[in-house]
Amino acid sequence: MSNNLALKKGLDVPIKGAAKPEVIKTVSPDIVAVKPTDIHGLVPRLLVKEGDAVKAGSPVMADKQRPEILLTSPVSGTVQQIVRGEKRKLLAVLVKADAKQDYVDFGAKAPASAAETKDLLLKSGLWVSLIQRPYGVMASPELTPKAIFVSSFSTAPLAADSEFVLANALKDIQAGIDALAKFAPVHVSVRKGSCFAQVKNATLHEVSGPHPAGNVGVQISHIAPIQKGETVWTISLLLLAALGHVVNTGKLELTRKVAVTGPKAEKTGYVECLPGTPVKDITSVAEGVRVVGGDALSGECLGADGFIGLFDNQLTLLKEGVEREWFGWAKVFRPSVFSSSWCYFSWLTPKKKYNMDTNLHGGPRAFVETKCFEDVTPMDIFPIYLIKACLAGDIEKMEKFGIYEVLPEDLALCDFVDPSKNEIQAIIQKGIDLMIKEMA
Amino acid sequence: MAEEKKPWWHSTYDAFDTFLRVPGTVTRKGAHVRDGIDLKRVMIMVVVALVPAALFGMYNVGLQTSTVYGLEWGFWQMFFYGLLRMLPLFVVSYAVGLAIEFASAQIRDEEVNEGYLVTGFLIPLIVPVDVPLWMLALAVAFSVLFVKEVFGGTGMNIWNPALVARAFLFFSYPSSMSGSSVWVSKTWVPALKDVDAISAATPLAIAHDGAFDAATGAVGQYSFMDMVWGFIPGSTGETSVIAILLGGILLVWSGVASWKIMVSSVAGGLLVGWLGQLAGATAVPCYYQLVMGGFLFGSIFMATDPVTAAQTETGKWIYGFLVGALAVVVRLWNPGYMEGMMLAILLMNTFAPLIDHCVVSVHTSRRAKKAVNA
Repeated sequence: MSNNLALKKGLDVPIKGAAKPEVIKTVSPDIVAVKPTDIHGLVPRLLVKEGDAVKAGSPVMADKQRPEILLTSPVSGTVQQIVRGEKRKLLAVLVKADAKQDYVDFGAKAPASAAETKDLLLKSGLWVSLIQRPYGVMASPELTPKAIFVSSFSTAPLAADSEFVLANALKDIQAGIDALAKFAPVHVSVRKGSCFAQVKNATLHEVSGPHPAGNVGVQISHIAPIQKGETVWTISLLLLAALGHVVNTGKLELTRKVAVTGPKAEKTGYVECLPGTPVKDITSVAEGVRVVGGDALSGECLGADGFIGLFDNQLTLLKEGVEREWFGWAKVFRPSVFSSSWCYFSWLTPKKKYNMDTNLHGGPRAFVETKCFEDVTPMDIFPIYLIKACLAGDIEKMEKFGIYEVLPEDLALCDFVDPSKNEIQAIIQKGIDLMIKEMA
Repeated sequence: MAEEKKPWWHSTYDAFDTFLRVPGTVTRKGAHVRDGIDLKRVMIMVVVALVPAALFGMYNVGLQTSTVYGLEWGFWQMFFYGLLRMLPLFVVSYAVGLAIEFASAQIRDEEVNEGYLVTGFLIPLIVPVDVPLWMLALAVAFSVLFVKEVFGGTGMNIWNPALVARAFLFFSYPSSMSGSSVWVSKTWVPALKDVDAISAATPLAIAHDGAFDAATGAVGQYSFMDMVWGFIPGSTGETSVIAILLGGILLVWSGVASWKIMVSSVAGGLLVGWLGQLAGATAVPCYYQLVMGGFLFGSIFMATDPVTAAQTETGKWIYGFLVGALAVVVRLWNPGYMEGMMLAILLMNTFAPLIDHCVVSVHTSRRAKKAVNA
């Protein structure tokens, strides 16, 4: 392979509770939620009302500005409840699942042109799985991307092993790549020796290194940095396989293996379920435990009565770290707490995994140590300058310092390592939101 | 949930409370798990790194008094005299500085910042040991108020607060801060009550006056090894190269201070010292510049302050080099004042943002060019 990318900077967070590579149960949920909040940039307009019957693949809501973009039900059943939040914001549509699944038939046919692929993506509701960069929002159907990027692995803490999850879906993945290649060249990054290196019709990149080497944003910044005015799309391998499945069979089948991970998971392993499955059907959650949809760095708090999102194939269960530790910072040895800094002694036990909790381990301060950000950011940017430009809301500087290339997840480790406990990801997201508003 | 109204002293309470116990705050946004490191740990590492220099300095205070005044003290007598002599300086430095820190934190309604833990420890180590306590209090107050708090506290300041405290004393009370009679403590020794101060010039001053013996390599009565060990007059913390290097190793090891700044500062000092020797400005070999005066202490503990130093990695090389080079330029080509480290660091603190600006500009224009070519 010619395109090798060996990244040095970064950090693999040594957290306990990796999922064992076995399917521990298969869930056919009673209720499935369709959550428009999973998708950045979607303003939902409801297409169903309570009591309506839907099939797997039937539209449930559409985007207000671009009504051709649909969000479809992953399950066949009856709309049971429309959940709204403050100011009647649409939070979820709950579908009561039928015993026997009934699928909308999208026609098992490989799209012959970009227009046919687009049509299939829009109709099946999989359009929303295309993430557009810069800014990490839902892709716009009017734009043609410069390229499409897929990362075939994740380096995030305790992330699901894509080789285990999707090893049998190679045919679907290939069909998905073939369909997307009608839009633009597809780039797939793989780890050394990965089974996904067999895919055709795409440029392969072999990537090695610690987290965030698996982040598609980091890979793009090395393969073809995004410049002003350019657009690229990314799609997760999971949803790429789902697209390929639609191409191959005509059915929208989103069932996936979800990794149940984290120090507080009673039993780690993989659970087969649909997106929108209630958390409590997937795993039991004890009192004082936080359920994160996704990984421990960039995931979203779901709550014990929440539903797993469209993009997630991981749950991380963490203890709420409300207990206070006596003389924590002053202890010479603090074996229970991990620190990547050499001010502690975690470097003595490089293989050790830690029972991490959600304690902040300190109070918020102004920026003091900033080199730590560069050490975990394998991109050609100065993280601290970008962060400060975002804080200042300075569009021109944000542009100069690389706001087009990053999403909060790419700087998630800065959150982790910062001794001043700043919310770097939130700052970057605020900067991106400002860019979207000002550049629109 | 309504925010509980906090009492007016809550910052102070929080400071002591979180000093003893890690706060029970959990992550709300962003990464759900966090590294164990916090600013308290970072700052305490610097204090620990300063301990060898402080301990040796205390011993050396007694040693100098004993030697210069012919008192024939034993080791422990020397050490305890130094310890006793230094304690009030530490007490005043911390009491005044922390009082202002706590009050400012209260006014800004923030948590008390840990930065002063280091500053308060540094200041007594970089002033003559007999400096009157009221002067020290005034300098600390000036520096904490006008160099740190008005800018927004730790992390926001432009100049190193400890050095500004020293600069304040230096320019306001030069007779207590420079010359050859301030470096050896004689107050607090009853036997010396009516004895006139004996002048004991620092090697730097002696070298400045040209008393360098090329044959033995001695500066006045002090041999090169005296200077390496630190058996010479000077500010308390600055004399022992070995004690300072011990601290430096800890700082580099823990990653708290930048080795790039240390190395480039030493390189800058050596280069200019060598040029000075060639140009005939001094007879002293260039490596003597490292062991005399506050050069090494400044390079390792003061220039590397992450807040006031350059923040880009390339910038750190430039910044450190200029600190070292300028310090020796002041030493060699300045008739009035023989120690240049303090002013060199303060000047480079001023220019550090400019250095960073240039480094970042070069980087962004290179990125832009790459984009055009792509």
